[in-house]
Amino acid sequence: MNVPKDLKYTKSHEWVRIEGDTATVGITDYAQSELGDIVYVDLPSPGRALIQGDSFGTIESVKTVSDIYSPVKGQIAETNTALEGASELINQDPYGQGWIAKITLDEVPTDLLDPDAYQALLSE
Amino acid sequence: MPVILKTPLHEDHVKLGAKMVEFAGWDMPVQYAGVIAESKAVREGAGMFDVSHMGRTWFRGDRVIELLELLTTNDISKLQDGGSQYSLLCYKNGTCVDDIIVYRISDTVFRMVINASNREKDIAWIQSHNSHSVSLTDETFETAMIAVQGPKAVGIVNSLADSDISETPRFSAVEATIAGSPAFAARTGYTGEDGFELIVPADHATEVWGALLDSGVAPCGLASRDVLRVEAGLPLYGHELSDQINPIEAGLGWVVSKTKRFIGSEPINSMRAAGPPRKLVGIKMSSKIVPREGYRVMRKGREIGTVSSGVFSPMLDCGIAFAFVESSEATLDQPCEVEVREKAHPARVVSKRFMPKA
Repeated sequence: MNVPKDLKYTKSHEWVRIEGDTATVGITDYAQSELGDIVYVDLPSPGRALIQGDSFGTIESVKTVSDIYSPVKGQIAETNTALEGASELINQDPYGQGWIAKITLDEVPTDLLDPDAYQALLSE
Repeated sequence: MPVILKTPLHEDHVKLGAKMVEFAGWDMPVQYAGVIAESKAVREGAGMFDVSHMGRTWFRGDRVIELLELLTTNDISKLQDGGSQYSLLCYKNGTCVDDIIVYRISDTVFRMVINASNREKDIAWIQSHNSHSVSLTDETFETAMIAVQGPKAVGIVNSLADSDISETPRFSAVEATIAGSPAFAARTGYTGEDGFELIVPADHATEVWGALLDSGVAPCGLASRDVLRVEAGLPLYGHELSDQINPIEAGLGWVVSKTKRFIGSEPINSMRAAGPPRKLVGIKMSSKIVPREGYRVMRKGREIGTVSSGVFSPMLDCGIAFAFVESSEATLDQPCEVEVREKAHPARVVSKRFMPKA
């Protein structure tokens, strides 16, 4: 499984890229592989306030429905509207074009997993 | 610890990198390349499924026709040697023990293929009514079964056969040698496509599977099989049929004889005459959202039914389902909604056969 070295991770298989006060969030390669073909994504409107662990959307695959949990505390700045017509981007490019939301951070989280810790979680 | 059963092709699945899951007590491939890619392979070319978990039985005896007429809903008398038919086993109250395929080999020898999840129950049910000295043998563990399906399936299977089996009529079966293995080749399937279902000895399964793979047949898992059968309008026991469902409700009156007496015939024919309180219909979503089993079907804010099976259809590029709805609300091509995560999503009541007719 692809676990890029420049990202942070959660135990619920989201990835986070923190740049300034913005966190870009998506689901990991492992998560998309477990879900199978993704057919539908339900995303919130910008402005919604989130705390860490809030479910803020759902991803529907051929197999199952899965919640997306916010890895950070903040407000939704933008969601990836390209996913509305092309949710398969999450399968094809989970760390790139398959990003899910950008969140304006209230605080920089300290408890995210680094790539080695996430890799170790996958190996359990 | 319950023993998890393995088909004769188990190692082949693992070697090919299939994702395995437990299904009906068997460790089965649920996915190879992906549900969408696999269903496309079956609709456009050829795909194959290991269905060795399904129960395969032999019936032998002078009074076998008498026993099968009593136990099954369809007219056994319509079958010729080498013919097969879809049928049901029902309880006295008209609900279903299982749905099955019956193959007539001769007037004293029949085969029956039954659902994996019902194998032991079916055999016990059949034996409890067998006062006809019919010998019933379970050949599930001595054989494997491979379903080869798709527009190219018959040509590919035929190219591996020692004799020309391409003219075998739909729902007929022949004995042939395929990829060096003795095989019982039935022109049947569960995808809506043409193809063969091959029963081969367990120790030949890997060579037949390998020869099909080398001929370009895509290995497919149970998840795409489920998508394909819903698109084709075919029921699955435990969803559209069960010990709580009368076959008339499921729209299966066409496999129930109107003339013969069998176990369950009275309540089934009464419901046929009176009309069922609920009917199985197709549901087509206006979006790609998947209407899953148990979701409520609504109309103008009122619940009119419940989804029994639902999938994303790659062929129609939207969510589709079967649902039992109140008969008065079952008119085709009418709008409805499906409640998904507390929100009503627009859909239509449509024919169960989502695929355009061939």
